[in-house]
Amino acid sequence: MAEILVLVDHVDGAVKKVTLELLTLARSLGEPSAVFVGNGADAAIATLAENGAATVYVADAADLLLHPVAPKAEVLAKLVADKAPAAVLIPSTAEGKEVAGRLAVKIGSGVITDAVGIDADLTSTQSIFGGSVIVKSKVSQGTPIITVRPNSSPVEPVAAAGTRVDVSVELTDSAKKATTTNKVEESKGARPELTEAAIVVSGGRGVGGAEGFTVVEALADSLGGAVGASRAATDAGWYPHQYQVGQTGKTVSPQLYIANGISGAIQHRAGMQTSKTIIVVNKDPEAPIFEIADYGVVGDLFSVVPQLTEEVGKRKG
Amino acid sequence: MKIAVCVKQVPDTWAEKKLDAGTKTLDRESVDGVMNELDEYAVEEALQIAEANSGEVVVVSMGPEKATETVRKALSMGADSAIHVQDAGLAGSDALGTSLALAKALEGKGFDLIIFGSESTDARMSVIPAMVAERLGVAQLTFANNVEVAGSEVKIKRQTEYGYDEVTGSTPAVVSVVEKINEPRYPSFKGIMAAKKKPVETVALADLGVDAGQVGLGGSWSAVVEFADAPPRAAGTVVTDEGDGGVKIADYLSTQKFI
Ligand SMILES: Cc1cc2nc3c(=O)[nH]c(=O)nc-3n(C[C@H](O)[C@H](O)[C@H](O)COP(=O)(O)OP(=O)(O)OC[C@H]3O[C@@H](n4cnc5c(N)ncnc54)[C@H](O)[C@@H]3O)c2cc1C
Ligand SMILES: Cc1cc2nc3c(=O)[nH]c(=O)nc-3n(C[C@H](O)[C@H](O)[C@H](O)COP(=O)(O)OP(=O)(O)OC[C@H]3O[C@@H](n4cnc5c(N)ncnc54)[C@H](O)[C@@H]3O)c2cc1C
Repeated sequence: MAEILVLVDHVDGAVKKVTLELLTLARSLGEPSAVFVGNGADAAIATLAENGAATVYVADAADLLLHPVAPKAEVLAKLVADKAPAAVLIPSTAEGKEVAGRLAVKIGSGVITDAVGIDADLTSTQSIFGGSVIVKSKVSQGTPIITVRPNSSPVEPVAAAGTRVDVSVELTDSAKKATTTNKVEESKGARPELTEAAIVVSGGRGVGGAEGFTVVEALADSLGGAVGASRAATDAGWYPHQYQVGQTGKTVSPQLYIANGISGAIQHRAGMQTSKTIIVVNKDPEAPIFEIADYGVVGDLFSVVPQLTEEVGKRKG
Repeated sequence: MKIAVCVKQVPDTWAEKKLDAGTKTLDRESVDGVMNELDEYAVEEALQIAEANSGEVVVVSMGPEKATETVRKALSMGADSAIHVQDAGLAGSDALGTSLALAKALEGKGFDLIIFGSESTDARMSVIPAMVAERLGVAQLTFANNVEVAGSEVKIKRQTEYGYDEVTGSTPAVVSVVEKINEPRYPSFKGIMAAKKKPVETVALADLGVDAGQVGLGGSWSAVVEFADAPPRAAGTVVTDEGDGGVKIADYLSTQKFI
């Protein structure tokens, strides 16, 4: 069966859910092999094997971590040359897309970004223009490189060998031209990651200030969801910028998105419009966000949201 | 210091974007074009760096004749001159073709910095800066929410999932910016008048030494097979809070099996 390479998204060996989604998707296209770059391979291999990776290619040389983006593209380029896989699947994160772009140039292949599905013949489905148009595209030259959005596929574990195969690459000079000197973490708490979460609860200018976000966080925690914010809220410094949802923030596609005190500017909608179910709380009945709501309440979020949080708590017992 | 800033003309954010049934590419003729919003931040950053380092700013844009409006806007903000890559053979180019044409237009001109927006509002691929860096073999310093230039040293804060990474490199370098980086200026009346006299060089594929077979719709490495409007979202229910809004949402979430 044709080999499908899946680039593993992880933090020091803790594998992100999107990787498992891609392994599940890859099984419908051929035999998945995971490509792991970085530290913590041993921990990751167990998870990858449980989720169908027949082979796990491991590149863990120290110099690969010193430089952003390019080393991953070079590891993948070497594997494409050596193994001639049928396709390369990469999580559609900011970094993943850059890896895909550099890889496309290196190996002379077409690249498709932000796929939400892939057919057996490697035709990709993209949801474009804020979800209003569905496109089917196909790479016509080279080894298809496809980046896939988180939450596009279920996770269906199945045991596979997960055989470790070490890979070493000699980085090109060009890959070493940018160097990561420091990593700074600004995340809050232990909530699920925004782009991967099944439930996202967001707050906008209507939340009124940093303190107001405790109301949003409490609802998110009652549902086991992640917290998001509009640009108005991140610009005001009420919530860190990496939680911004929208055109210049994260694109999320959760099962449930709850927008509180957010008007629904087109730039915000571009990042959440493909959510399966959308709930809105806003005191202005004319707010455009109501146009895409499955269920909306016109009211003050400071009374509606705490009541909802309490009710969720009761019903979850 | 010589700085290039790459700007793309895109359909107005609020315009309804459509694909053309024949070419299956974005219909750019029927909508108003504007400068890609993030590219305004790129222009601003280029101008600020040039002002601090007695540099010059060259606008580089690939697009049809209509894209001249966007080039003029960048000039009216304060850029010094422009290169407009314009050729019928480029229409419908994919990311490989676009990055090739841009890299060829940028190559060999002695640019110390090449500044991009980090994403376009129409295709939203977020790949062109990385691909141009790969093609030119220069440092890739992308997704910057802060850029510091000291001589030939460039240091950025790269926005990440969890915060930011500090990334450094030397010129020549490719930089892409996110909107947290600055507040773009509005063109002044004086700027708009001055822009009319600034030099704009129009270059075609032949000038770049790019073979027509490598770019454009025909030379694309990927192609749209078919497309359709997404099924519209079913109209939802909107109620007014009468003291039980929270309970009502909880009822809805229960019927949808979220709780
Ligand atoms: C280049 C560019 C990129 C952008 N990228 C993004 C992006 O990635 N993400 C993003 O979100 N925006 C983005 N924007 C900004 C966007 O245009 C809007 O300005 C922003 O989304 C507005 O945020 P908001 O809805 O929270 O605020 P507002 O538009 O001010 O809306 C606040 C809403 O809260 C409601 N409200 C107020 N008080 C209450 C209350 N007590 N209870 C209930 N409701 C209340 C009001 O009725 C109103 O509808 C971008 C803009 C530009 C130019
Ligand atoms: C809805 C849609 C989906 C598409 N999907 C794909 C796909 O999956 N694969 C594919 O190969 N092509 C695809 N294309 C074609 C793609 O739009 C073009 O290749 C485009 O030139 C590059 O993509 P981008 O605009 O997303 O660039 P991005 O990488 O998002 O742009 C980042 C920055 O690059 C600079 N830049 C981009 N284009 C230009 C330009 N013309 N002139 C000057 N500077 C520029 C700007 O500074 C911009 O801010 C798609 C097009 C559309 C409309």
